[in-house]
Amino acid sequence: MSKAVLVDLTKCIGCKSCQTSCKQWNDLPAIKPQFDNTLSYPAETDGYTYTTVLHRTTEKNGQETLRFAKRQCLHCLEPACASACFAKAIQKTPEGPVVYNPDLCVGCRYCMLACPFSIPKYDWESVFPQIVKCQFCFDREGTHDRIGHGMEPACVNACPTGCLKFGERDELLKEAWKRINKYSKYIKHVYGEKEAGGTSWLYIADVPFETFDFRTNVPNIPLSTYSHDYLKWSPAVFIGGGALLSALHFYTKRRNEIAKEKDKNHDINA
Amino acid sequence: MAAQKWSFKITPLRIILMLLAALAAVIAVYRLATGLSTVSNLNDNWPWGLWIGLDVLTGVALAGGGYSASLIIHILHVEKFKPLSRSAALTSLIGYLLVVAALFLEIGRWYNFWVPFVSWGYHSTLFEVFMCISLYTLVQIMEFSEILTERVLTFLHKPIVKIMPVLLILGTLLPFGHQASLGGLYLLQVGRLHPLWWTPLLPWLFLMSSFFVGPAMITIESSLSGRAFNHHIDKQILRSFIRISGYVMIAYLAIKIIDLIRLGVFGYIFEGSLESNMFLLEMIIGVIIPIIICFSPLSATKKGLITFGVFTTAGVVLNRMNVVFTGMYKALGSGYFPAWTEWAVSAGLIAGGILLYLFIVENFNILEYDKKYQTA
Repeated sequence: MSKAVLVDLTKCIGCKSCQTSCKQWNDLPAIKPQFDNTLSYPAETDGYTYTTVLHRTTEKNGQETLRFAKRQCLHCLEPACASACFAKAIQKTPEGPVVYNPDLCVGCRYCMLACPFSIPKYDWESVFPQIVKCQFCFDREGTHDRIGHGMEPACVNACPTGCLKFGERDELLKEAWKRINKYSKYIKHVYGEKEAGGTSWLYIADVPFETFDFRTNVPNIPLSTYSHDYLKWSPAVFIGGGALLSALHFYTKRRNEIAKEKDKNHDINA
Repeated sequence: MAAQKWSFKITPLRIILMLLAALAAVIAVYRLATGLSTVSNLNDNWPWGLWIGLDVLTGVALAGGGYSASLIIHILHVEKFKPLSRSAALTSLIGYLLVVAALFLEIGRWYNFWVPFVSWGYHSTLFEVFMCISLYTLVQIMEFSEILTERVLTFLHKPIVKIMPVLLILGTLLPFGHQASLGGLYLLQVGRLHPLWWTPLLPWLFLMSSFFVGPAMITIESSLSGRAFNHHIDKQILRSFIRISGYVMIAYLAIKIIDLIRLGVFGYIFEGSLESNMFLLEMIIGVIIPIIICFSPLSATKKGLITFGVFTTAGVVLNRMNVVFTGMYKALGSGYFPAWTEWAVSAGLIAGGILLYLFIVENFNILEYDKKYQTA
């Protein structure tokens, strides 16, 4: 029941239609591009950009070739950012999108540190900055909603090559493996199937994902497992610790009193 | 008592401290009015910087003297340490006030600071940190009002003395939660924080180090205030006090070594990288040398006690900085160095804390109370 997108990097031509339509649909400000030595701009998602297309020159079968990868929030099944948020400003919706609510946000930026894919960004220039990341075009009862109206995200709608496919996650995952098994060119890896416990955006490619600096050492379990394994002790520590400290407090106090009494008696007897 | 005047000596050093605090106050107001980018070099790669690393993570650890003293003196009723209780509590309270101030400057949307009280993100380690620090600061203020009401609002003195046992137990319990949880914040950095520091045991190691740094801080503080106010704590009392640290340190060292072996990363210690050297420095300065001092005749001398205090404290500062900066540097890149305004705020907060300490010590019954217990 959870929505997802399959990104087939072998079909991407780097046209950036997705990037442009995202900016338009979400009313994000346009920035004058300053290219580095590739044609990507910005080099990473930033405080004004939900998605960017990375251009990379790489070697394939002894020949130089161009490959492209769209970057945006992967919408984890169990997002570390949401688990890190102490005000519930980021939440995973049952529909699939991981959405941000600035009204609850304190601005602590723990989500930025927590995300294993370094996706959440900050609009630093503002007096009261917001976290900026792809919302999967989900904005229920808001002006930027598409998913809630049964439409696909703006980027998928704009893609001219069929590189992006919107649908149900389990169906798309099956399709991804079908393509990988049918054509030998693919790397035998669906990026997002297991990373960080699985993500709603899935990638397949014919070049290694390291080409685009996708992190490949992300644990295959939700990152929140680690904090949960610690936090689950908290109730016991507080209840048990409270009881123990109280008992010790009264016990040692009484013991000292008894010791003093004894001293007194001893003095009298002597 | 009532006739006693309020006093605050003005010395050249205090004027410098006041200037530092005033500068920090100006920058703080400017930051609240114009945002974070105007005064800090924080960026998308380094969302947390000096204020979190130094003022919050290190600050809370160093203020740990409050709860370790409270546990030993008020819960276990080890009477001989009672002379240390009031000054330890005061330093801790001031430490937490500074932490809360730094946190308020740190958060980007500061008018929303209260949201987590009503919108409980209980699955977050930061939530535990936030709740415990808030409650603990409140509890400490109430504890401390026992001393304040000896002089102002005196009608509140009796009720506060009545609820003290509850406050003392809460005040010892809460820090166990947030001292550990501050380490827990970095559990999510699995695969990014260098393996010499990242471990599922990180919260418990943070807890232990915040506990053993307590007596070290109290040793430094009592030597400083000894010089300033001619108030001396018996060396023997301090010596047996830091022994408690010593035992916790031995356990800490053993757990750290076993844990590194268990996770198969022991070899990193000697790889000769920046990380491994900083780790060795941290362990030698902050744990191994202090253990040697603690359990040798060195700790019978005043110099030995102070060296123990300084080394242990430096080691904990180094440890927290290593977790926030050194250990994360490979993953996040070298794109951050604190702006002068960030340094100025950190320095000014500490200056303000020292001034507050001096004012309270000169006007309330802190050190005299200690003396009374010592001579009794």
